Amino acid sequence: MTSHSQPSVLWQRRSTRRYNPFLGFFSDYHLGLFVGLSLFYSLEVVLGNKTLKKMVSANVSGDLSSEMEVDAFRRLFPLRYHERFLLDSIRPDARPLGRARDTSLALGAVASADGSALAKIGCTTMLAAVKMEVMTPPKESPDEGSIAIEFYMPPICSPLVRPGRPAEEAPVVSKQLSDTILSSGMINLKELSLVSGKAAWMAYLDIYCLDADGSLFDAALLAAVAAFSHLRIPVVSLNEEGRVVVVSEENEEGKSEKEPVNKGKRKLTLSSLPFSLTCILHKNYILADPTAEEESIMETLVTVVLDSSGQLVSLYKPGGPVLAYASAVQDCIALTRQRVKELKSILNEAISDMEVD
Amino acid sequence: MEIGRDDGRTANQLRPLACSRNILNRAHGSASWSQGDTKVLAAVYGPKAGTKKNENPEKACIEVVWKPKTGQIGKPEKEYEVILKRTLKSICLLNINPNTTTSIIIQVVSDDGALLPCAINAACAALVDAAIPLKHLAVAICCCLTESGYVILDPTKVEEQKMKAFAYLVFPNSAISIIPEGSSHMEGELMEHGIITSVTHGVMSVDDYLHCLERGQAASTKMSAFLRRSLQSQAPNDSSRAG
Repeated sequence: MTSHSQPSVLWQRRSTRRYNPFLGFFSDYHLGLFVGLSLFYSLEVVLGNKTLKKMVSANVSGDLSSEMEVDAFRRLFPLRYHERFLLDSIRPDARPLGRARDTSLALGAVASADGSALAKIGCTTMLAAVKMEVMTPPKESPDEGSIAIEFYMPPICSPLVRPGRPAEEAPVVSKQLSDTILSSGMINLKELSLVSGKAAWMAYLDIYCLDADGSLFDAALLAAVAAFSHLRIPVVSLNEEGRVVVVSEENEEGKSEKEPVNKGKRKLTLSSLPFSLTCILHKNYILADPTAEEESIMETLVTVVLDSSGQLVSLYKPGGPVLAYASAVQDCIALTRQRVKELKSILNEAISDMEVD
Repeated sequence: MEIGRDDGRTANQLRPLACSRNILNRAHGSASWSQGDTKVLAAVYGPKAGTKKNENPEKACIEVVWKPKTGQIGKPEKEYEVILKRTLKSICLLNINPNTTTSIIIQVVSDDGALLPCAINAACAALVDAAIPLKHLAVAICCCLTESGYVILDPTKVEEQKMKAFAYLVFPNSAISIIPEGSSHMEGELMEHGIITSVTHGVMSVDDYLHCLERGQAASTKMSAFLRRSLQSQAPNDSSRAG
């Protein structure tokens, strides 16, 4: 139906538009091709996919109509589109199979939090912030603090998340993050204790996903680790009732009678930071750091978390049509080792940039 | 090397397994699986017409509901649901009944360690009982690593809490199966050695993990033989059930 009206509109435009030297000579051919292509699309189901493929391979020339056709092919046959790139060991965004997207870290993104970081892997963006509060430790562990980790996927991050339709991945990533951070032993909970049996720190780590474009767990873990590296424990002192309160910086002068319980703002000592890499297994290929489009087409994901001493913190493969043999597992772990080195250097650079300021 | 476990088992010994099918009479398929004191009941309803909003209507859809024994549904339950859903999706033949939903409800009856593997085994047996078309069966096992570096199988809850690390592994089990096109089959690697699902807790070295994989593969052959025997020996379903 639309193909009938389109030629008349284009004929009108052709007569009124100014002569474009680039297009001028080819515009008739251009137009005819466009009409022909739209007819072909509507007949695609009848003629079968071979016709479409022939068309795609014939149009190697760089005229403007080929862009639209490539986009349509990408939407109609996503798996075939990606496999054509995989045959050349490359991906649609020109990355080789084992390379992750560009990663950047900014520490101190949230000024009011005690520690914060903004991590970006490609387009996936995560904002992590740590807030410390004093609480009474439970009886079973009187000289240990605790950490509460929460991961949010607000509707800003993806068109599939709406206020009444929470994302399926949010509680899963949240639980994975808390398991990974607590079991990796990055933070010694005894460091979070203030007065044994009476007061200890509770660290609330909140991670907000601002843009969900694949590898959510990787970006969230990087943001969490960076936020803890940036964390400065606030100064506290005992007030008249014997409770521990945080000393605020504005009214320092009148507080001579209150001795701070811990002097100066100190950082946490972090041992063995965990870093992760998510890979997709598809037939014989292993693709590192998938985008959301790749994740939705090729559904087998493997997430490997290694800490800085090379120990395996977690290997998470939640089902998926492709089986992982020992060789594939070894390859994923090798890719993760390389990635750990990259991420460590990015984190150290970000920390040293903060300290220079 | 013999390590003394609390209940006198050796490192490679599994707890006594019991599986019974067709125990609920309203569900289209049901099974209960117990490993020692851990018991899980699974019920399957389906295929029902229609899929959920974001799912692909050209394929069948699977929905899992996990009910804990006590307490409210929280994040651990949601995580188990997602893991189960993806594992079971990979063993079902999704193209046979497009635009349908199959619901699997898991009820934890008692938890004494290795809960997720027990639930996966129960769900697989319930799917067979409901006659949902499957590519192959799945067998789940829990391997843990002790402080001294030994790998033991199928821990109780007390043992699980003392362990340095543990891994839940799910292997495919097939005497005859439909091999997918273009599957990455290396020479010398059997299909039964590929992992469908792996979930680990705790820090372990890469060699320990590969060691766990080998032990898990060896034990999965025993479990899959038990699964096949118990599924074959029970009486065929009567056709009077609604389906």
